[in-house]
Amino acid sequence: MESVLAVVIGGLYAAGLYLMVRRSIVKMVFGLALLGNAANLLIFTVGRLTRGRPPYVPPGGTEPLLPVADPLPQALILTAIVIGFGVQAFALVLIKRVYQTVGTDDLDVMTTTDTDSRSSG
Amino acid sequence: MIVAVLSGFGAALAAPFLHRRLPRWSGWVCALVPLMLFGFFAAQGGEVAAGHTIRAAYEWIPSLGVDFSFSLDGLSLLFALLITGIGVLVVAYASSYLHGHHHLGRFYGLILAFMAAMLGTVLAGDLITLFVFWELTGLCSYLLIGFDHGREAARKAALQALLVTCAGGLALLAGFILLGEGAGSLDLAALLTRGDAVRSHPLYVPILALVLLGAFTKSAQFPFHFWLPGAMEAPTPVSAYLHSATMVKLGIYLLARLSPVLGGTDAWFWSVTLAGGITMVAGGVMALIRSDLKQILAYSTVSALGTLTLLLGLHTPRAATAAMVFLLVHALYKSALFLAAGAVDHGAGTRDLARMGGLARAMPWVALGAGLAALSMAGVAPLAGFIAKELLYEAKLQAPLAAEFVTGAGFVANALTVAVAVMVGYLPFHGRERDTSLHHHRVESLLWLPPLLPALMGLVVGIVPGLTGRWLVAPAVAAVRGVPVPVDLALWHGVNPVFLLGVATVAAGVGIASVRGALLRRLPAGSGPGWGPERGYGLLIDGMLGLARWQTRLLQNGRLRYYLMTVVGAAVFLMGVAILRSGEIPRQLPRPDGGIHEWLAAGVILAGALTAATTTSRLAAVAGLGTVGYGVALVYILYGAPDLAMTQFCIETLSIVLFVLVLYRLPRFSLLSTPGGRVRDLLVAFSVGGFMTVLVLLAVSQTLVPHISTYFLEQSLPAGHGRNVVNVILVDFRALDTLGEITVLAVAALGVYGLMKGRGEGGG
Repeated sequence: MESVLAVVIGGLYAAGLYLMVRRSIVKMVFGLALLGNAANLLIFTVGRLTRGRPPYVPPGGTEPLLPVADPLPQALILTAIVIGFGVQAFALVLIKRVYQTVGTDDLDVMTTTDTDSRSSG
Repeated sequence: MIVAVLSGFGAALAAPFLHRRLPRWSGWVCALVPLMLFGFFAAQGGEVAAGHTIRAAYEWIPSLGVDFSFSLDGLSLLFALLITGIGVLVVAYASSYLHGHHHLGRFYGLILAFMAAMLGTVLAGDLITLFVFWELTGLCSYLLIGFDHGREAARKAALQALLVTCAGGLALLAGFILLGEGAGSLDLAALLTRGDAVRSHPLYVPILALVLLGAFTKSAQFPFHFWLPGAMEAPTPVSAYLHSATMVKLGIYLLARLSPVLGGTDAWFWSVTLAGGITMVAGGVMALIRSDLKQILAYSTVSALGTLTLLLGLHTPRAATAAMVFLLVHALYKSALFLAAGAVDHGAGTRDLARMGGLARAMPWVALGAGLAALSMAGVAPLAGFIAKELLYEAKLQAPLAAEFVTGAGFVANALTVAVAVMVGYLPFHGRERDTSLHHHRVESLLWLPPLLPALMGLVVGIVPGLTGRWLVAPAVAAVRGVPVPVDLALWHGVNPVFLLGVATVAAGVGIASVRGALLRRLPAGSGPGWGPERGYGLLIDGMLGLARWQTRLLQNGRLRYYLMTVVGAAVFLMGVAILRSGEIPRQLPRPDGGIHEWLAAGVILAGALTAATTTSRLAAVAGLGTVGYGVALVYILYGAPDLAMTQFCIETLSIVLFVLVLYRLPRFSLLSTPGGRVRDLLVAFSVGGFMTVLVLLAVSQTLVPHISTYFLEQSLPAGHGRNVVNVILVDFRALDTLGEITVLAVAALGVYGLMKGRGEGGG
């Protein structure tokens, strides 16, 4: 199943990157979200897939019965999902604010840090 | 001896404070430092003349064989005495010349630091130590040329000198490292015994070229000579000290020091002799057509440095003797002339030769000093210059190759030198006053004494040459040759070809000086060097700045998406090359297995991504994102990661809610890119996607050794008291990471809050 997921990861990266290099700032944030998912899935797959056996110590035992899914990538991804959400939320509010301030959603127009050409200064 | 070298740096640090406390006496106190050092080195003279080398060493970087070591032999002693002796004069002179300058304290500090760096260079017993001090002299020179940093010309000249000498310095470092490899040691004493090994080393030619590059840039040899006249922007004491008597002679020192190791080959002879010969003649011609006193002196210094280089290129005992004598004599007369030029500038307010004349009446002592120095420069008996010139001709006539050519070039250069001597030593002081608008006044003793002293020294050396020969020159020549060479200096050798050549030179020189005015009028106005190496330097600097601007425009164009594409493209390219080179491309794909539901999940994810990427509706894009998120959660469930799935479901839902809330405050999707741009972006996106696929396949085809995970699985219950291993990792084993994660979320939340709240204030 790894090869199928490899294609899925490639597709997510392609779509995410394509959105990120759009001139529209909104599409950029959508691309960011896709890239986050792609990266998580990448870590998950590279850590090997084990079907239906979560890393859980059964009642009465002292350690999980092998074979079992690798807990380390899962811990990493869990962190990444949450942080990805934080980044997404911040980016979303930021571009909303940028749009209000600069008055355009075209990234190619935003080439300087000066906003004095706009009225809001 | 280490104390002697480093004391200069200590004094340099103290000088500005001293000057603030005791502005009247600081000059005297600062002059004491070189004076004491002069005494110290003079006291070592006996031992050095007896053929001993005095050493002091500390281990610095033993693993690389680098020592912080100093050694004093004849060559070092000659330089050390020149450096400290002229240092005394220059510091005393500066206290009067720059009297009242508000950075005088800083000046004392810099000049003492420079002196210490010079001493370190000529006393260094290790190549790396030598290099460090060598670069320090360049740095001090930069600061001293740009001393009047308010003027653009001074800053520009300082930068030019720094760039040229530092470029040479880099070459020198490379040369030293190769030399150290070739000889097996960085220690100078050991190096000097391994000349044969170095000369037969396959890397001999690169070593020679790199070392010569360093020496030629420092000693202003053609085609790097142009920085030296530019450096005349410095205050005159600096020009006298750094740019005539000491620093520019470092290249000569290096050639002399390494000539037992590198010298004597055809490559050495041709490159060094030719560079020296061209510099010698070109410098003389350039000096002749200038009218600024300091510029004339600067070009004549270039010419003298060329003569010294040429002599070292000849690599005969006679030439080495001539070089050492001429080095000493030149330092004496040139520092005297520079200091006299400064006194003239100070007293008459001009350095323009055409406006001067009859200054001897106003400043008789300066005229005397300059006159004596000029006579020495012209090589008139009984001054020291006469002895030097006889030796020069003798050495050139005995040149191993192309003796006629070398002698002819030497004759031209010497005649030009005589003409320059007339121009700087006679014309300003005698004859009628050219420009009566100049009001000259007498100059103080501290301005005329320093030029007079070295000029008188020239007279003394000329009258009693034997002493100088035995105590100073012979040990130095022995160091240059590697074996003791009998040196017997005498004023009078009788009427021989060399003497006749000398007489002819003086006559020709005086003749050139007398027709100079007529010659210059023939020259078209403004026919200065609009071409040549200086122009090349300018083009190089402009080109470099242009390249910098171009690549800044290219890479720092301010467009986020191009940055992104550059970074991603570079990463994919580099990793792709690495993978291809490793040859580990998966030959056999793992066969896709799994049930229909798994395929379905994969299809859903891809469909969601495709929708998000292509739709023109914002809501459809959000829906696509959501589909991807839930699809990924599904994959987590299928492959034993229920915690991930739960988190992903929650977060995804939250994200979608957030997106929908903000969405209608955002602009509609607009079609901004051109079709061509979209095709390019698609290509980039697909190549990156394809690459990631290959990367994953490659990664899963390798064997995984999960050492850390095993520990977590075993210790989860006993050590972490939890059955859910993932949770135990997050809150127990890696709890600090989780704390960091929470912090990130808190910061993001604060940011979101701030951005939302600031809305009412009009933005920005």
